[in-house]
Amino acid sequence: MAGYSSPRPSDHIDSEEITSPDIGFRGWLRWFWRQVTSMRTALFLLLLLAAAAVPGSIYPQRSADPNGVTLFFSNQPELAPWLDRFQFFDVYSSAWFSAIYILLFISLIGCVVPRSLVHARAMVAAPPAPPKSFTRLKAKATFEGSTTTLDDAFAELKARRYRVVRDANTVSAERGYLRETGNLVFHISLIGLLVAVAVGGGLSYSGQRVLIEGETLVNNLASYDSFAPGTFFNKNSLTPFTIKLKKFEAVFDLQAVNVGTPTDFRATVVSRVGVNGESKTSVIRVNEPLELPGANIFLTGNGYAPVLTFRDANGNVSLSGPAIYLPQDANYTSLGVIKVPDASPRQFGVLSFYYPTVAKLKTGALTSGFPGNVNPAITMSVYVGNLGLDSGMPTNVFSLQVHGLKQVAGGKKHPKIELNKEGQTVKLPENLGTVTWESTKRYASIDIDYNPAQLWIFLFAMLALAGLIISLLVPRRRVWVRKVSGGFEVGALAKGDDARLEQTVIELKEKLATKVAKKVKK
Amino acid sequence: MNPVHLDVNMASVSLLFIYAAMAVYTISFLMFVFHIAQATSEKKSVRDSSSRLQRAAFFVLGFGALLHGTGVTLRGASANRVPWANMYEFSISGSFLIVLIFLTALAVKEIRVIAAFVNGFALLVLGTATTTFYVQIKTLMPALQSYWLVIHVTVAVLATAFFNIAAALAVAYLLRDWPWVKSSKSPIAVLIRRVLKAFPDSAKLERLSYRFNVVGFILWSFTLIAGAIWAERAWHRYWGWDTKEVWTFIIWTIFAGYLHANATRGWSGRRSAWLSLVGFAAILFNFTIVNLFFKGLHVYSGLK
Repeated sequence: MAGYSSPRPSDHIDSEEITSPDIGFRGWLRWFWRQVTSMRTALFLLLLLAAAAVPGSIYPQRSADPNGVTLFFSNQPELAPWLDRFQFFDVYSSAWFSAIYILLFISLIGCVVPRSLVHARAMVAAPPAPPKSFTRLKAKATFEGSTTTLDDAFAELKARRYRVVRDANTVSAERGYLRETGNLVFHISLIGLLVAVAVGGGLSYSGQRVLIEGETLVNNLASYDSFAPGTFFNKNSLTPFTIKLKKFEAVFDLQAVNVGTPTDFRATVVSRVGVNGESKTSVIRVNEPLELPGANIFLTGNGYAPVLTFRDANGNVSLSGPAIYLPQDANYTSLGVIKVPDASPRQFGVLSFYYPTVAKLKTGALTSGFPGNVNPAITMSVYVGNLGLDSGMPTNVFSLQVHGLKQVAGGKKHPKIELNKEGQTVKLPENLGTVTWESTKRYASIDIDYNPAQLWIFLFAMLALAGLIISLLVPRRRVWVRKVSGGFEVGALAKGDDARLEQTVIELKEKLATKVAKKVKK
Repeated sequence: MNPVHLDVNMASVSLLFIYAAMAVYTISFLMFVFHIAQATSEKKSVRDSSSRLQRAAFFVLGFGALLHGTGVTLRGASANRVPWANMYEFSISGSFLIVLIFLTALAVKEIRVIAAFVNGFALLVLGTATTTFYVQIKTLMPALQSYWLVIHVTVAVLATAFFNIAAALAVAYLLRDWPWVKSSKSPIAVLIRRVLKAFPDSAKLERLSYRFNVVGFILWSFTLIAGAIWAERAWHRYWGWDTKEVWTFIIWTIFAGYLHANATRGWSGRRSAWLSLVGFAAILFNFTIVNLFFKGLHVYSGLK
């Protein structure tokens, strides 16, 4: 691979030989620029980028695993702030990671621009004259030839789609300009890809919402449970549409070796685009999002939402509706948190488990044995006291701070509340009234994503791949045939890897030699 | 989609075929090792008879591949899907492809000498798969129910196979280049020198390794893009720095560095051969350590 193998053009100046730069500021500047755009720097930055990406797979990242970061902070309170100071939980947006890839792209631009100009000139230039001597060429041959040999060589190389020129004693040919074109297309596409990723990230948004069967999402900011906009996000890019979750179905395998493995999740939704749009029923599955104008709707999670009604001792309803229970294991043992602030005589909170197929562990504790709704049951622990909902501090709806509350059901002292079938009503302790399990609904977590640059990202990636394939597989080759004393010589030189270099010279020699032989016979 | 019927008996038969393939591979591996010993013997009569042993070894390897392929096919058929949905299946399918590509690539004469390496590697992968990664046949979870499972994973395995062969050639190149091997009088160095005589010259080794890496790199680039397209469908974003995505990126960057190294004065040859090995080590790391111990979305080992 030595010598003439550089994918950068032969006239590109690599850094190694530069020892004494031009005197003066501009000279230094030029020297510095050559260093930055040299192949060696590109190589160094690439390897540095690979190394810099590693910590992001070792430490939890805020972008991919925010809970993991929180957990890391509580497990390693000494180390975590230090790691955080050096952005080890945000590796891919960190100053140091960004610095490396920005430098890499500067180096890339600094290399690609002059190289494009060189290539543009080469595309219209005639193939270069042969070297004075062929001794340094690896692929070469000599043969006898005749007066028409140069004409034959010209025709033969032309037929092989070389660019050919000839003069009295020489035929010079070159092929494979596409190799360099592909190389440039690849590198320029990477710049395009980076720009598209940046622009797309800035304009995009990603919103999450849990929809219980029967609920509707209206595409505006207030409807989302969580919402992550890009830097340049504009509220107007929320196209007006509504999605209603009509039905959610899950299929779990019953075969012995595979029991409980989910095989299908289907969310049947009714969508409507615009104010007067038509309602359309469609099914969203994993891998099959619903594509609406301006956003794609994905199914990302699901679970059970039992419909519960709490009544006080006088029979007045203090809370009624479906409660979202979050699955805790593969069999959908699900945890629900219910806060009843309007209960009388005093407010209370409930920590509750839903078991779609209830089973008993050896310890006597309940668990779920199958994720499907075969034999469901609900248990509840009840806490009375100030739930802290009136303090004005935001609280997590999916957690209950039991500290400072008095447990009146469940725990070591009291039995748990147990509900074993839908329609059942059970009395709560301490004159808190009753709870009724009305029915069970299902919910789906959906993700609404918008990224206007996605098509551009795809196109640039494809262009880069095409450029890459061409630049690595099309050989660039120069061939010369020259009259020398006592006959002819043929020589070839490859730019980069060329599996057929020697073969080409042999073939050419044989072809030209047989033509001679035929002519002699005549 | 309703659950597919799982044929547990067929899965057991598949495992039997895999075990049989391992036994046959062991025999062919020993034959290849003996062949190297013969081919580099000081006695001319022994050297002359060695090519017959090599030919026989390739027949045995081919027979092993036939059993191996049957095992892989039955595994897929028993669940009515592609046989690479967990680490065990990925291992048996991947090693099968490696052997298959190697047997196909035998048209290139010079790579015959690395047969022992490729054969040994496949045997090692099968051994690990059956002892450590084995899981009972399962249906596909919804996230894997996509034609991208066929495209993305097949190309990833193909890329791995090419990188593997390139790594084997790089090892041979580095051994030959090692001053200790070149000049030491220790019997081991003498033995390695003798074995290396069976290999093509350094320039040829380097070029072959480069070519296999080039094809591997193109396939890996495709794997990365196909993965991003699938991720957009399944996980609602094309790239999210999931641990597996991170390592796919790291591997891609290392091999991009390798290609640049081959065009940088002072970096072609030994240093780029080392880079090729670092890249292949990253692939093995990505498949084993990342799959088993790192947290992420690509958690398909099926192991608890």
